[in-house]
Parts: sequence; structure tokens; C-alpha cells
Amino acid sequence: MEEGAKRPSMTTVTCPECAATFPLEAGAEAGEILVCPECGVDLELTGLDPATVALAPMEQEDWGE
Amino acid sequence: MSESLSSSAAGVEVEPSVSLRAGRLARRNRSLSRLRVGILYSRVRVEEKWIFAAMDRLGLHYDRLDDRGLVFDLEHPEPWLQYDVVLERSLSYTSGLYALRLLNGWGVPTVNTAAVAELCGDKLATSAALVRAGVPQPRATLAFSIESALHAMESLGYPVVLKPVVGSWGRLLAKINDRDAAEAVLEHKATLGSYQHSVFYIQEFIDKPGRDIRAFVVGDRVVTAIYRRSEHWITNTARGAAGELCPLTPELEDLCLQASQAVGGGVLAVDLIEHPQRGLLVNEINHTMEFHTSQPISGIDIGQLIAEYVLVVARGRR
Repeated sequence: MEEGAKRPSMTTVTCPECAATFPLEAGAEAGEILVCPECGVDLELTGLDPATVALAPMEQEDWGE
Repeated sequence: MSESLSSSAAGVEVEPSVSLRAGRLARRNRSLSRLRVGILYSRVRVEEKWIFAAMDRLGLHYDRLDDRGLVFDLEHPEPWLQYDVVLERSLSYTSGLYALRLLNGWGVPTVNTAAVAELCGDKLATSAALVRAGVPQPRATLAFSIESALHAMESLGYPVVLKPVVGSWGRLLAKINDRDAAEAVLEHKATLGSYQHSVFYIQEFIDKPGRDIRAFVVGDRVVTAIYRRSEHWITNTARGAAGELCPLTPELEDLCLQASQAVGGGVLAVDLIEHPQRGLLVNEINHTMEFHTSQPISGIDIGQLIAEYVLVVARGRR
């Protein structure tokens, strides 16, 4: 039950799939899904300080709206 | 009493009005700061960002509750009882539904309620609720065996649409054009799918005009609608359909409000199909809707409207 916080300053993250390093956009928030600009894999921004990403969970059968 | 009357009665032109406004603002802020809002989510999509920003603009104190990290202790609901309302935005229908059941069982108001989620998250339950309310919809049948499903399909007449009762984003929909395809798809589902895929929800296929309609209901208002255009028979934006503003008509608004009421109301997205002869039919109702296409197209700040609705529900508890 934590309160989220926006990323404090320009940071880069490294894709765990292809090792590409790329900058986070301004206003990126923990829990957000990013797309690696090099390999296209979905990544979840798992932390902000320090910025960390992980492979995003695969879509589940009961996911939706 | 209006502010100008107060000022006049006090014999001062400006200062009382300013101080009244400041006092009112301070009371409002104190009132808002007492409210506790939880937002249950799985991922921070653009919709969540918009909702968070709207909560900030309203001055609402809210907690972000990532459903993957939560533990509900059934004998100790105290951490949850602090909330005046919980907005449910889980990606998983199952997780969201169970969370809502617990929260509502403990008396915590939610947007939407567990009862609404139960009806909207299951296509059969939605169809049954629409039938009960007399809301026009495509013909739908249910069968539990391959043989009875084939019989149902042939009674409706090919083509038909086979849908999983739980699912979204246009996944696992099958347009079945003839008996050969029906036998193949039904056998695959019965053999390879989970038990839920042997619950055969079969809908008549409607030759819609290359689009369907998604309309957004917040409380007792239809706030906006878009067409979802695609050359494919599946017109979900998750499957590549393009959005375009759909004008709100009295017929569309009435039908959407009827559909919303049929499932219990709240914050809902109603999907409609234009039948060439029967007019508008309600196809599905979504209780944790996405609006990343609709908000920019319509110019309507749906995230803000959701936040304001959440505030109304929270205040209703105080």
C-alpha cells in the first residue's frame, strides 16, 4: 500500500532481453509498461530509484477490461 | 446565500467574498483530506496515469494498490476499512472480482461493485441481465457439449460467433461459417481448452457496417462515444480498429443507460452493434474499461470523470 512517485530525473534502463540501454521518458511511473526500442519486448518499470525494468508478464486469459 | 449577497450584507465589497471563498476552499480541502481512496491496479497504463493525475487535481489522497503485492487477511480487514472507496482497475478479471467481493463484504464501497463485475465480466451473465431488463442485444445461446453446441449453431444459422464467457480484447473469438468449421473449433476447444472453454457461448453473427460503437457511462450520464472501425469483423481497438467520434443521440443515450442500469450501474463502457434492421443492440458491457483511444478522440476527460465519480461514492459513505 505505497504511494507511487514519479521518476525524479533523466535515467536510463537496460533491457534484460537484448541489453539495449535507453532513457526513460519524463513522467515515467513505477508499474508502467515500456517497449524496448531495440528488440520490441514489453518491459515493466519495476522501480524508480534506482530505475529498474523487468520483462512484463505475459497476457493472461482473464485479462481485459 | 450567494457570495455577492454575503458581501453586500457585510457592507464590504471585496474582502468578505475573498475570505468566504478561501474558507470554502479550506473546508473543501479538509473534507477531501479526510477521504481515503484506494486504487487497485495491475499495471500503470495511460488510463491509470490519467486517473492518478485527476485524483491529484481534485486534491484526493489515494493509495496505489498493486494487486500483485496484496494479501487479504480474512480475519483482519482493518487495513481495508480505512478506505472510503476503492477503485478497481485490475487487469485480471478474477483478481479484481475476488478483491471486490471481499471489500464489499467488509462494507467498503467500490467502483464498480462486485455485483456489477460479476455481471459484466461474464458474457452469459451480461446477456441474462440484458434479457431481464428488456435491453435489445444479439441473440445468444449457451451449450455444454459439442453436440448441443452444433445444434444451437444450426438453429441460429451460420455464420455464428463463438466466444469464451470470460475474456476481453477480442481474444479467442471465432466466426464460424459452416458446420465443418464448427466441428473443428468445438473439438479443439473441448480438447485443448480449460473447463471454461467447454461452456459454449454462441451468438448470432451480425453483418455490421464495418464498425461498432463504444459508449461511456459514468453514473447516470453517457459522457461520450466513439465508433471503432475495422475491415475485420472484430472491431476491438486492441485488435487494431480505429476510433472516430460518434455523436450521442437520444436513442443511444437511452439504450446505454438502460444497459448500465441492467447490470447495476457505475463506470461502464457499453459496446453496441448497429443491426441493419433491428437498430442498436448492446453487445457487451465493460466494468474496468480502457479509454486511451476514446479520450483523445472525444476530448472528454474520462479519467477526470471517473475520479469525480469515485469522489461522489466516497462522500456517500461519510
